[in-house]
This record gives sequence, C-alpha cells and structure tokens, in this order.
Amino acid sequence: MSSRTLFDKVWDLHAVRALPSGQTQLFIGLHLIHEVTSPQAFAMLRERGLKVPFPERTVATVDHIVPTEDQSRPYADTLAEEMMVAIETNCREFGIRLFQPGSGKQGVVHIIAPEQGLTLPGMTVACGDSHTATHGAFGAIAFGIGTSQVRDVLASQTLSMSRLKVRKIQVDGALRPGVYAKDLILHVLRHLTAKGGVGFAYEFAGSTIDALSMEERMTVCNMAIEGGARCGYVNPDQITFDYLKGREHAPTGAAWERAVAWWKQVASGADAVFDDVRTFTAEEIEPTVTWGISPDHGIGVGETIPARDSFAKEEWATIDEAYQYMDLKAGSRIAGVPIDVAFIGSCTNGRLSDLREAARVVGAHGGTVAKTVKAFVVPGSEAVKVAAEAEGLDKIFTAHGFEWRNAGCSMCLAMNPDKLIGRQISASSSNRNFKGRQGSPAGRTLLMSPAMVAIAALEGRVTDVRTVLQRSAASSKS
Amino acid sequence: MSSIVSTIAGRAVPLRGNDIDTDRIIPARYLRCVTFDGLGQFAFEDDRTQLRAQGKTHPFDDPRFAGASVLVVSSNFGCGSSREHAPQAIAKWGITVIVGISFSEIFFGNCVAMGVPCLRASAVDIESLHDAIERDPACEVTVDLSKNEIRFGARAIPATMADGPRKQFLTGQWDAVGELVSGITAVRGTAAGLPYVRKFA
Ligand code: SF4
Repeated sequence: MSSRTLFDKVWDLHAVRALPSGQTQLFIGLHLIHEVTSPQAFAMLRERGLKVPFPERTVATVDHIVPTEDQSRPYADTLAEEMMVAIETNCREFGIRLFQPGSGKQGVVHIIAPEQGLTLPGMTVACGDSHTATHGAFGAIAFGIGTSQVRDVLASQTLSMSRLKVRKIQVDGALRPGVYAKDLILHVLRHLTAKGGVGFAYEFAGSTIDALSMEERMTVCNMAIEGGARCGYVNPDQITFDYLKGREHAPTGAAWERAVAWWKQVASGADAVFDDVRTFTAEEIEPTVTWGISPDHGIGVGETIPARDSFAKEEWATIDEAYQYMDLKAGSRIAGVPIDVAFIGSCTNGRLSDLREAARVVGAHGGTVAKTVKAFVVPGSEAVKVAAEAEGLDKIFTAHGFEWRNAGCSMCLAMNPDKLIGRQISASSSNRNFKGRQGSPAGRTLLMSPAMVAIAALEGRVTDVRTVLQRSAASSKS
Repeated sequence: MSSIVSTIAGRAVPLRGNDIDTDRIIPARYLRCVTFDGLGQFAFEDDRTQLRAQGKTHPFDDPRFAGASVLVVSSNFGCGSSREHAPQAIAKWGITVIVGISFSEIFFGNCVAMGVPCLRASAVDIESLHDAIERDPACEVTVDLSKNEIRFGARAIPATMADGPRKQFLTGQWDAVGELVSGITAVRGTAAGLPYVRKFA
C-alpha cells in the first residue's frame, strides 16, 4: 500500500470518517459544476428537501452546450437554452457563483478554475466531468463524478469513496523539438493501455515532468482518465507557485507565505512508497497520433498502423472494429491520411500556450488551410481568448484560413452546433477518439497535439510537424 | 430511499465487446436534457442504427432479449465520460444489474449511486454466460450478491464486487446521501482543520 505520497497525505487530511460501508467520507474543497451534469442533481436536492451547506465551495460555469459562434440569447437550440435557464435558476436559488458568457470568466470548467486561482495544491476537487483530473496538475486530488455524486457534494460537501492505489509514472529526459505534453501522455496511454490505470491515482514525476509548464502539466493530467486512472497529479513546486501567484483567488501577503509552506509539505516525500512505478524516456517519444477508436491507439507519426497480433488477444475484436470503423489498414502509414476538419481547442489543449504553438507552426509554414479542410480554433476560456487576441494570434489564424471562435467545449464532444458530418475525419487536439464522439455517428477522430493539428490543416493530411519546424529553424539560421 | 439489493433474477441480454464507452452507450446529443426520463430508448442508439444499416441486429433491438433485466458485458465497460446519463439510459431501458469482466471506475460508482450493482466474473465464465444466453434467450439468470455467484441453467459461476459497495447493497445503503448528510458536524470539523478553508490565516 502506498504511503507518504501526495495522494495519501491529501486523502488523510480530507477524510471525515469511515462510513458503515467501509468507504471513506471525503471532504471536497472545490466543487465545480456545469450545465450538463448538474440539473438532475439539483432536482434530486429539491425532491428530498436538501440544502447546500457550503455554497461558497461550489463554482459554476457553462461550457458544453454554448455555441461558439452566435452566443445571443435565447440560443437557437431550444434544448440548450432550457439547460442554460436551468443552471441560472439553480445557482440563483442555491446561492452558487456562476460564470456566464460575457463575464470574462466563462470557459471550459477545467480551464477557468486554474486560471482564476481557484484550484490550489493540497485540495480535493470534484466535478461532474471525467476530465476533472486536469486539476491534479497543481498537486490537487481531483475526481470526475456522476450526477448522483454531484448531488452528494452539493448536499454534504463530501463523497463516499474508496482509497485508490498510487502508481508513479516516472518520465525522464528532454522532449525533442516538435514533441509536446500531448505526445507524452498519448505515449504513456499507448504503453499502459486505456484500462491499465483502473484502481489507481497516477503521480507524474521525473525530470521531464518537472520541466513542464503548468499548462503542459494540465494537458498530461487531463488525460490520466483516458488511461483508466481516476485521477492524475504532479507534485507542486516553484513552477506551480509562480503560476498561482497573483491569480484572483490565490492567497496574498502573509497568507501566501504560509500557503507555500503548506503546499511544499503535501508533496510526496523522498520517503514516499508507491504501489507501482513505471518509467519512460522522453527522448523516445515522437509526435503521436491516434489511428483507432480509443485514446490508447496512438502511434508515432512515422510509424505504420499496427498489426492485430501486436495486441493482446482480448483486444483483437476491438482492434478489428477500429480498422473497420476508421477505414485504415494495418501496415499503412498514418502520415498522409487526408483530413476534413481540424479542431484546436478543448480542456486538453485549449490554453494560451497551445494556441501560441499552433500559431507559430502556422506562421512557420506560411500557407493557408487546405481547400478540402474546415479548420477552427476555439479558445478554452474567455480569458484565453482575450490574451490570445492581445498577442495577435487570432489574426495569424484567420489570415491563414482558420476560423476564430468564442470559448467553449465545441467539437470536443459536439453538444453545440460544431459537429463532424457523415464519415468526416478530424485532426483534433481534444482527448477522445471514441466512435461518434465528435457529433456524427460515423465521424472519425485522430488525436494529436495542437501543433500537429495546425500542420494537418495546412497540408490537408496528417503531417510530421517537425518537417516545418526544422525548415524554419534552418532558414532562421541562414 | 435505499433498499436492500441482494438477489436479482431475470432474463439476460448479452453485449459483447471491450471498451464500450459512454459516448456509445448514450451519444452526447441526448445529454441536452434536464431530466433523465425518456433516455432508455436512446441507449446504444448509434451502434443500433449502424448495425441495422448492415442488416444486423443489436442485442437491444433483438426481440428475443426484450424485457431482459440482466446485462452481460465484456471488459472496461462504461469507460470515458462521467455522464450518469449512460447508466441511467441502461437502467431506464429496463436493466437492474450488470455483469462483466471489468468496469470503468466512474461508471461503476454511478451505478452504485443508482442502486444498480455491477459484478465481475472471469473472462472464461463471462464467455460461457454470453454463449448460454445466446443459445437460450429465455434462460433465467440469477445474480446472487450475498453468495458472490451467478446461476444460470445448471451452472453457478463466481462473481465479485469490492467489499465496500457490496456491503452498501446488502445493507440497503447504496444511496449515500442520507449517510453523508448525517455526518455534517464531523464534516464541518474536517473543513475547519484545512488550511485553505481557513484562507491560510
Ligand atoms: S472540453 Fe471536452 S473533455 Fe473537456 S470538459 Fe469540455 S467536453 Fe469535456
């Protein structure tokens, strides 16, 4: 059993008591809600006459259904409008802060909480959304939960949970140029599989992780859930503290000093014991692209689509289904596969540094979006949008044929008007390539880094981003 | 609200395939709703439509399995998003218990909160259960949580669930909210001890 890890320390600090079932009643420091998974929870509260005892510990926003083009109310989609009205009414009635479009604070729930300094190290975080794991980048223990559990947190600020095992994912070395945090996590998923993390919390550590920015750490932790782990985290360090300092809800003055001292204590100690350790080497990671229907179906952009017998026998049925659904054959190259849609955004890769890197690739390439491709960029939050526009990133994108949108989840899950059509195939910076994920029951998704999406949009096909980065590096030297 | 869940018997529906994710269980377009009512008819909607187009029949469309209450799946069932709409759709279709090789954690937790037990059995045993129901769709399957076994025909196969949730079902405490709310004084105590709740004062 693990001990002295950040997970163990945070768990013990938040454990209220053992429940008769043997599970732990766990206090939740920050509860985030959005319009899709909360209305039924509020209905359950009303049904039973339950109150919200800690309304200041819940924060709401709208992200999944908001249109990224015309945001005027009422929304054209009446079901979406009904959900907006529901969250507005619920937040008003129960005294919960709601960040609405136009407030400057709206955006994908996992992007706005960190950028406002709401997510802090040593906290427990819960949200009715599986990518809550993102907040682990700060050294928080962050769980995605279902709607009945959203009700539980609203009614008691606690969850009934069983302790997880802790697996350390040690990554050492320097990522090569053109290789990003997204490639790192796709590489880890490929090797540990989509279900390898069931029952675990993933601690990401090692020199590669230590060198990542907070935004990159968020990308990594965001996709821990795609490996089956309930949460992922990185120990807080100076990079974490520098990111938080001065953010709206971060502590200030003498409280800041005390906070940093406490945050340092909750990190896994040198004496931490893990249930399992897996190691990876950063130099071995290539720009990675998924070819199949599960996020662990990733391969290096230079590789060919793997043969069925390179997988465990239990996986063969899924692999056959993936070849058929994607219309891709074992042995064929992933590079060169034509795409129809390019999507840059989502809680995985919709932050400022993602947009900067994609814009840099676009500038270095110099071309415009291929005629056969629809390409759009959706900032993860209103704050990201404002910051990107201040740097002129929107101009770079639009000048090269990309659409520039308002903040939201958009085509990550296509609950708003942004959807694939028919058998269209997308190059997407999001996190899930499940069948039908991007709005068309037959639509296909290739997951990759925002830089790789940018180059795919321009070339009209999956392309190794290093070709353009090397070209521009060579020309800037000459 | 809660009640004891111990033995559930009924006809079963086989659903083969690993890693069936929540987007396939209930496509995102059906998440545009403020209640779970009416989701049952949309369970596996896209998979069903696709099979129909290929001239095949999804088990949820197969009249031989209509009215089944036991769902028999494969491994890593319910991976993907935390949407409770997925188990809700399955439950509203008529399922009261799920049996498989393994489940995604959030899906499993959602099912506990709804009073739908998910039991694990070995790949070999699940295979034979799939075969048995396909051979004889009228066959009655009994899921016995107190004995940790599943019985069908003349066979009994071992089936497991983690101790905590198992106890919750057997004692009728799967609906956690009452218990959690009853501990509110202790909750306030824990909160008061957390430096960030005190704003690092
Ligand atoms: S961006 Fe995608 S994964 Fe993230 S919260 Fe929105 S829908 Fe979920």
